[in-house]
Amino acid sequence: MSPTTAAWLALAFPLAGTIINALLYRTGRTSRLTGYVGTAALALSFAFAIVAFLSLQGRDPEHRQIVSTLYDYAVTGSIDARMAILVDPLSVLMLLVVTGVSMLIHLYSVAYMGGDRGYARFFAYLNFFVFSMLLLVLASNFVLLVIGWAFVTAASTLLISFWYRRQTATRAGVKSFVINVLGDIGIILGTFFILRHTGTLDFLGTFAQAQELGAQHQADLTAGLILLLVGAFAKSAQIPLHTWLPDAMEGPTPVSALIHAATMVTAGVYLIARMHPLFEQSATAANVGAIVGVVTLLVAATIGLVVTDLKRIIAYSTMSQIGYMIMAVSTGAYVAGMFHLMTHAFFKALLFMAAGSVISAMGGEQNLDRMRGFRKAMPFTYGCFVIGGLALAGIPPFSGFFSKDEILLVQAQIGGWHWILYVVGYLAAFLTAIYTWRMIFRAFWGEPNEQARELEHGHLWHAPQPTNPATGEVEDTDVGFPGPEHHIAEREGPMKLAMGTLAFLATIGGIVLIPKTTTWLDDFLEPTFANSSVVHHASNGKLWLGLALGAALGLAGIFIAYKIWATGDGRAALHLRERLAGVHRLFVNKWYFDEIIGWLIVRPASWFGRFAQQTFERIVVNGVFVGGSTGVVRAGSAAVRALQSGFLRAYAALLLVGAAAVILYFLLQS
Amino acid sequence: MSITWYLCLSALVFSLGAAGVLTRRNPLVVLLCLELMLNAGNLALVAFSRMWGNGDGQVFAIIVMVVAACEVAIGLGLVVAIFRRRLPVDVDELRELHG
Amino acid sequence: MLRDIFFFLFAIGVLSGAMGVVVLRNPFYAVLSLVVHLLSLALLFLLLQAQFLAAAQVIVYAGAVIVLYVFVVAYVGSSVEPIRASAGPGLRALSVLFATALAVELLIAVVGSTLAGIDGDGEKILFGFGTPSFIGELLLTRFLFPFELATILLLMAAVGAVVLARRRGGIDGAGDVLAPLQFGLRPPPGTGTMKEGVGDINPTAELSRSREQEAPVAAVAPRAETAQLDPQEPSR
Repeated sequence: MSPTTAAWLALAFPLAGTIINALLYRTGRTSRLTGYVGTAALALSFAFAIVAFLSLQGRDPEHRQIVSTLYDYAVTGSIDARMAILVDPLSVLMLLVVTGVSMLIHLYSVAYMGGDRGYARFFAYLNFFVFSMLLLVLASNFVLLVIGWAFVTAASTLLISFWYRRQTATRAGVKSFVINVLGDIGIILGTFFILRHTGTLDFLGTFAQAQELGAQHQADLTAGLILLLVGAFAKSAQIPLHTWLPDAMEGPTPVSALIHAATMVTAGVYLIARMHPLFEQSATAANVGAIVGVVTLLVAATIGLVVTDLKRIIAYSTMSQIGYMIMAVSTGAYVAGMFHLMTHAFFKALLFMAAGSVISAMGGEQNLDRMRGFRKAMPFTYGCFVIGGLALAGIPPFSGFFSKDEILLVQAQIGGWHWILYVVGYLAAFLTAIYTWRMIFRAFWGEPNEQARELEHGHLWHAPQPTNPATGEVEDTDVGFPGPEHHIAEREGPMKLAMGTLAFLATIGGIVLIPKTTTWLDDFLEPTFANSSVVHHASNGKLWLGLALGAALGLAGIFIAYKIWATGDGRAALHLRERLAGVHRLFVNKWYFDEIIGWLIVRPASWFGRFAQQTFERIVVNGVFVGGSTGVVRAGSAAVRALQSGFLRAYAALLLVGAAAVILYFLLQS
Repeated sequence: MSITWYLCLSALVFSLGAAGVLTRRNPLVVLLCLELMLNAGNLALVAFSRMWGNGDGQVFAIIVMVVAACEVAIGLGLVVAIFRRRLPVDVDELRELHG
Repeated sequence: MLRDIFFFLFAIGVLSGAMGVVVLRNPFYAVLSLVVHLLSLALLFLLLQAQFLAAAQVIVYAGAVIVLYVFVVAYVGSSVEPIRASAGPGLRALSVLFATALAVELLIAVVGSTLAGIDGDGEKILFGFGTPSFIGELLLTRFLFPFELATILLLMAAVGAVVLARRRGGIDGAGDVLAPLQFGLRPPPGTGTMKEGVGDINPTAELSRSREQEAPVAAVAPRAETAQLDPQEPSR
């Protein structure tokens, strides 16, 4: 089977899954059929992704970029919009990661979402999301990219506001949608800027003209790339378009695992990697990407230190790690960036799944302040958290270690002002280790709290009344709100299987690119990045320095966290908070980005909306145009109506006057 | 006498009838003035018939007489009905048919 | 010569009759004035060699139509019309003006035109021009279709007149084809049935008095025998 056929099938199965699940919507209240259907669709998709991978590897390296067209949508002089996919190592890597991790998350959700009245809807949306993501990843021209991008936006909004009767969830969905649509506009405008001079929408065709573009139309190219970056930043939650990601934790935990760890937020990274020939022609755009990436990774790490909602800590860590990836692919470390994307997908999804398990044990509560001492009650979950935490902190031999250090090594290679990126990268790695293990120690060490104690006795704690964890509002468990059941990993087979697989992958995932030992990922991605003008040679000194530094900082961070929270009961952190109250306030308020955006954008927009409605709509449109035109017609008809008085003599007079006028006319004529 | 005189006479009677229609308030008298106008038309027709020397005008005039008779019958029937209904028999008061 | 004198005499009759119709206040006098006008007109027709038409004018117009008018004027009552027009003197002056304008225009048209035919005495006419046989032959050959149409028109007018003048309810209310309407199947008021338009024939004084009472009092028990008028309907 050719790679493209396998890719088309891998694309088709999630779509089929969506449609079947949508038709089975009635079964969601009682059975888990839709869950299994969704998982099976994804499993088939993953199988065909593997087939595509093997088939691609079976070809010789020069012929590993294949375009397959289903049909021509609109092919005219300057536009060639085709329904075509591009199968090359980069897209196959993304295909594998997306379908693989999605399959495991589907498996997890089969158990986790049990009892929710919107079960079938959930799996339909989830499958649709995977389909959109695959469409985005496999697109071979800008049109399909934009379509996939927009579908992903839509699917993510549907999933974030899945519990649609919660106002916090719908607000979060709206926020994510608005910011992502801004990104969509950026992509479309960027496409136009690039299309102006290339005359083709096809990726390979555009890349063939990359050199010429860079030489002759530098300004347009840079503008177009920066607009594309706007799209990438919106989707990947980079500053300043990141405010939707923490709020998006309102969605169910599997959604956070899938969308906000492994797939959607990596779309921006994929975009930059895909467009690398263009980015290499425009140093400005590449630098913008790198700078935004590094700023994001530092800011997110600082915020992660003080946040108290369990899922939001993990969300900020996602933001930070994506910052690493964006920085990597903007500066030419493509393989390193994709490597980190892959490993991050593993351990971040694992962390989210484990967090979901803990939240279930807490009866839906997400606040870290209320969690203590789950170590004995939930050993499997604790183990998964530990593995994920070690990978995230970058401790060897876990996968996160190799991927993160690879990125920073390239920064050292480039030298110049990239040394700042290097330093900041390691600083943030240190902070990452601290906040990750803060989370783990606070939740699992210490005296078991009420819920943990109940669980040790074998009984899952339930809140007396289901409430919204953020606002405390009382809810019911009917459709639109979370279901009454809570599922933890220790008790559910599917959840254990999914988390176990991810834990395994997080542990040994680094094997594909161990420096000086294996170059599997490098070789695999070689055909895609063969024409890259950025060449990195690893110098031994920097390599060992980086590896040692990474390991040391990671261990130091864990040790500090251990000292403060595992043995020290958190008092040192409180002292530090009082001493640096201003800094703490800055971090807790998320560097005031929400407030700034509110002032700069939301207020003027709502002012304009109010103005448009009250002044323009009411006075101009309704008053002048509508009222004016009807008024004119009404006045005219009133004038004509006056003729019909019913007064016989008036009618007769009109008749005679008319007759006299006609006669006069004829008299005058002759 | 040249035909012109008859035609002038017809014009005068016609305009007299028109003035009467516009001026009088009693519907009966309005109908009478209408008769005047019709008769003026008849006179003109007969004069033209004499001028051309064929009988077309006279036949036309007969038909006009028929029409006038019918109209009078109906019109007077209406006036009688109005009177029976106890409405004021005055064209200025009878203006229900307005827009 | 004689013809001219006769013309002027008859013309004076015509005009004075017309003036009388327009000017006289009493409708009965107006009718009589019309008689004068019509007879003068018939004489003018004679001058124009339209013998049959003259006779028809006298029989139909002066005979039938005028008689009809006389009867109706007698029935309706010849109340003297107030002089002041309801729309004010403005309309009266304006109507006079229009009529004058019309007259002037027509006169100009007639006199000022250069049609040769009008100027003369007319064509040479055949013997038998204007006789009944002449007209009859025309009516049955060239003008057959208008003749038949006129017949139909007469029929329609006759039927219409009968319907308009029909007595409602008979002597004792027997034989009224509209009886079912009195028992609840009546159409809603204000839809313009003939019954509404015509109303009662010779309404009794009792009913007229009750109508004046009913106007201020809305809810009155409907009467059995004279329930044609809906009690709520204001008499128009």
